[in-house]
Amino acid sequence: MAQAALGPSRQWRRPPFIQNERIRWALWLGAAIYLAFAFGTLEVNWGRVVEGIPRGQRFLLSFFPPDFTSRLDSILEGIYESIWMTVTSTVVGVAISIPVGLGAARNLAPTPVYLFCRIVVAVSRTFPEVILAIFFVKVFGFGPFAGFLALSVATVGFYAKLLAEDIEDMDAAQAEAVRATGASWFQWLNSAVQPQVMPRMIGLAVYRVDINFRESAVVGIVGGGGIGATLLTSFDRYEFDSAAAILLIIIGIVMAMEYSSSWLRKWVQ
Amino acid sequence: MLSLRNLDKQYKTGDRALKSISLEVPKGQVMALIGPSGAGKSTLIRCVNRLVEPTSGSVRLGDMELTSLGAGGLRRARRRMGMIFQEYALVERLTVMENVQSGRLGYVGFWRSFLRRYPQSDVDEAFRLLERVGLDDMVDKRADELSGGQRQRVGIARALIQDPDLLLVDEPTASLDPKTSRQIMRLICELCEERELAAIINIHDVMLAQMFAQRIVGLQLGEIVYDGPPDGLSAEVLTQIYGEEDWEATIRKADDDEPPSSVSHGPRGVRREEDVLSGI
Repeated sequence: MAQAALGPSRQWRRPPFIQNERIRWALWLGAAIYLAFAFGTLEVNWGRVVEGIPRGQRFLLSFFPPDFTSRLDSILEGIYESIWMTVTSTVVGVAISIPVGLGAARNLAPTPVYLFCRIVVAVSRTFPEVILAIFFVKVFGFGPFAGFLALSVATVGFYAKLLAEDIEDMDAAQAEAVRATGASWFQWLNSAVQPQVMPRMIGLAVYRVDINFRESAVVGIVGGGGIGATLLTSFDRYEFDSAAAILLIIIGIVMAMEYSSSWLRKWVQ
Repeated sequence: MLSLRNLDKQYKTGDRALKSISLEVPKGQVMALIGPSGAGKSTLIRCVNRLVEPTSGSVRLGDMELTSLGAGGLRRARRRMGMIFQEYALVERLTVMENVQSGRLGYVGFWRSFLRRYPQSDVDEAFRLLERVGLDDMVDKRADELSGGQRQRVGIARALIQDPDLLLVDEPTASLDPKTSRQIMRLICELCEERELAAIINIHDVMLAQMFAQRIVGLQLGEIVYDGPPDGLSAEVLTQIYGEEDWEATIRKADDDEPPSSVSHGPRGVRREEDVLSGI
């Protein structure tokens, strides 16, 4: 202390994340050059943009006023189908995800089981819902059954992965304490693991309901049934006012689920 | 009661945590295990109930050899060994009652524990134990709502409801304030005396160890370097266990508030019940 007070005060700078000064500057420079090129080669046909604006305006105007009544029956049918698809695919997907998720947790499963379950997760995560839906429509034909299968498989990839990661993050001390009492493996799972991951499991399931409902609209466009199919039909018939009504209903349902799911997640903590 | 013979533990990383440990703990004895961090204290008690698998050597509880047991036998043997943890290790989202009942998991079937339909005798015993540790009005609280001292009391009740012969106690006071630490140590020692339990208590606090244990074992780099009465801990012995340091303030004087030899067996410094229950 005394020495420091006598001499010139010592400077301090936060140590840089990348120690080597040359590499640091080279990375910045490289990123700047790439961005410059990327934007430089972006071709914008201004003539088309100018033409497109009034067309877009006309298109948007044809959505108003939304028409809820003239296609009400098929809209309701689509909504019911989508809700059916959402609920069943979430339940089935989560039910399959639980054993897969347990197997994909490093701290629970022996290595062969772990690898197998991780492969299952990776495969189902590779394909987005639309691709899965196209595949199942080809195999099982048009209709909500194909949509249900697509969403179930997609749910497994999402849910099992996040469940496994939550199990891997659990407090090992609590798990050890229950094991030390002489509990069997299933008792241990129920008394030490489940209480730790339950709130996240519920939160994820609710979130997945949300995603599956939105995806049911997309899945319908490729033939998987549900509200997406109704939406596609109304676009094909140039009934944009009915399409607007469908979009508004989807927005309303998604918002309602958004609010209820955040409330539910807070409640289960 | 518990007998360790040439117990060895080598971790996969190559660290030899225990080097041929031999130790006898008779029935009813409270033994404190002291030593620096990394000396192998935690490994030693975990090798007893095989939360850590010993590399070689023998562990006998009564006349049962523990190292050769299969999965089912090990679970039955673990019922006889209650464990109390550092940082309590309660399942935080479960209620106090569920945490205490998890000590009975080795005895009840899966569906009973799954549906939380515990046998009435276990519920009675849980209420009795919670009353004994001063928490009978906290039964339905979630474990994460309790203070540190209260949580450790639940941990003690969970270990005792197993009806064990032996307590394995891992740093029970590591995250507690000095007063609560003493209360918890006193409670553990009283309960051991009441039930004639043998106990191995890992503890960092040398003074607490001297205050409450009947026997002290000093561990250093996986070897026993001291095994004797609390009074035998001299500056030389502590230097041998922990290394060079000024130990004068740590060594408990014979004329302290609680005379060390006034109680011939059982925990020292047993105080009035109100004191145990106050200020939790």
